[in-house]
Amino acid sequence: MKVGVIDYGVGNLGSVVRALEVLRVTPVLVDRASDMHAADCLILPGVGNFADCVRMLEAGHWREALKEEVLGYSRPLLGVCVGMQLLADSSTEGGANGASVPGLGFVPGHVKHLSALGCQLRVPHAGWNAVTGSGAADPLFREIPAETDFYFVHSYAFEAQDVSDVIATTNYGITVTAAVRRGHVWGTQFHPEKSSKAGLKVIKNFIEGPVC
Amino acid sequence: MLKVRVIPTLLWKQFGLVKGVAFDSWRRVGPVLPAVKVYNQREVDELALFDIVAHLSADDPDFESIAEFGQDCFVPLTVGGGITKLDQVQRLLRAGADKVAVNTAAYACPSFINDIADRHGAQCVVASVDVRLQDGAWMCFSHAGLQATGRDVIDWVRELEDRGAGEILITSIDRDGTMQGYDLGLIESVVKAVNIPVIASGGAGNYQHMVDAVKEAGASAVAAASIFHFTEQTPAGAKMALSAAGLPVRQPFAI
Repeated sequence: MKVGVIDYGVGNLGSVVRALEVLRVTPVLVDRASDMHAADCLILPGVGNFADCVRMLEAGHWREALKEEVLGYSRPLLGVCVGMQLLADSSTEGGANGASVPGLGFVPGHVKHLSALGCQLRVPHAGWNAVTGSGAADPLFREIPAETDFYFVHSYAFEAQDVSDVIATTNYGITVTAAVRRGHVWGTQFHPEKSSKAGLKVIKNFIEGPVC
Repeated sequence: MLKVRVIPTLLWKQFGLVKGVAFDSWRRVGPVLPAVKVYNQREVDELALFDIVAHLSADDPDFESIAEFGQDCFVPLTVGGGITKLDQVQRLLRAGADKVAVNTAAYACPSFINDIADRHGAQCVVASVDVRLQDGAWMCFSHAGLQATGRDVIDWVRELEDRGAGEILITSIDRDGTMQGYDLGLIESVVKAVNIPVIASGGAGNYQHMVDAVKEAGASAVAAASIFHFTEQTPAGAKMALSAAGLPVRQPFAI
């Protein structure tokens, strides 16, 4: 099992790699788009500004390569935090003059500021918050009880076009998308690599999942 | 519901952890790595690690040591001390930090906060503010409390928020290490001045102090050091006390 961690110049890669090592899988830091093919599944980390992440993805020719690997070869993908937001069609974060910035478009939806979604609490939403699965439990949350706390730190949130793509939510004044799935593409708004044992279990579920 | 965080603060000087009183009279309290490991095993909510002498030199932060400390930390890790350049932030994130705390550098170059927020997002920037009461006013100090900046705390935290800080860590130098309780007036003023999360720091001596910081002053999280180094009280005990006071806390996940 080779788990490719996409190194496109942003993100807390150290934490993601270390989490994989603890799970006794071989993390492969993939720093060239052409090297993705050697991995069994992919993790797209992200800390930061959406527009900046997109700029880095484009600078490294990741956009087309990810489309080919993930949509073409059905390589399972887990996006984390901004890495999940990048799966959307677009985000309003970092766009010039309020314009939205195009994402990868793997999970239909748009990323908006929490206050634009109606949240009146302090932003960023920072800390541990309870996550609730919706409908039938997704394999990503296998053996994880409802209302388990995960670590969030974000100012923007994913508004999915198709509610059936939302597999978990959390509450921060409003209902916030905590995890999405469309086919073999998953994303978590929380940081599994920083959510202690519960987070490691999510990563384990992803790499041992039915597809990967 | 979002939980109240209890954050042990680890102050690091050269080779080990230290703790002082009012940012002075530092006592050695042991090595760093075992402390990080123990806190991680006990599933604390978050850890903050500050190099308190880094501002004395123009050198880079000690990336190698930080990478070593971060190895066994699977809860969020905030790293601070001597951060003055954007490329240092990137290297710290690669070394295992999840957030960076900036203090002294922000006074000399306030746009540094904007630069980090633009590049890595507001959620990555913890603005750390050290405050001393002077002639009845809360004034900000840089260089681990040694230099007066002439900045009033309320003006300064508002500017930090405007520039993109994601959280404010507010420390009362007067209360630091005294275990007499947080400066609730200071914390409440800061909480009211900004709309980002505020972490209370400086003075926690018992669990009730933490309850007060959240219930009375409105803090989103409580940071503490002496109480965990020098007493039998623990982060887990603190969370039980917060919970008993009706505040939401995170329950450890058991497989």
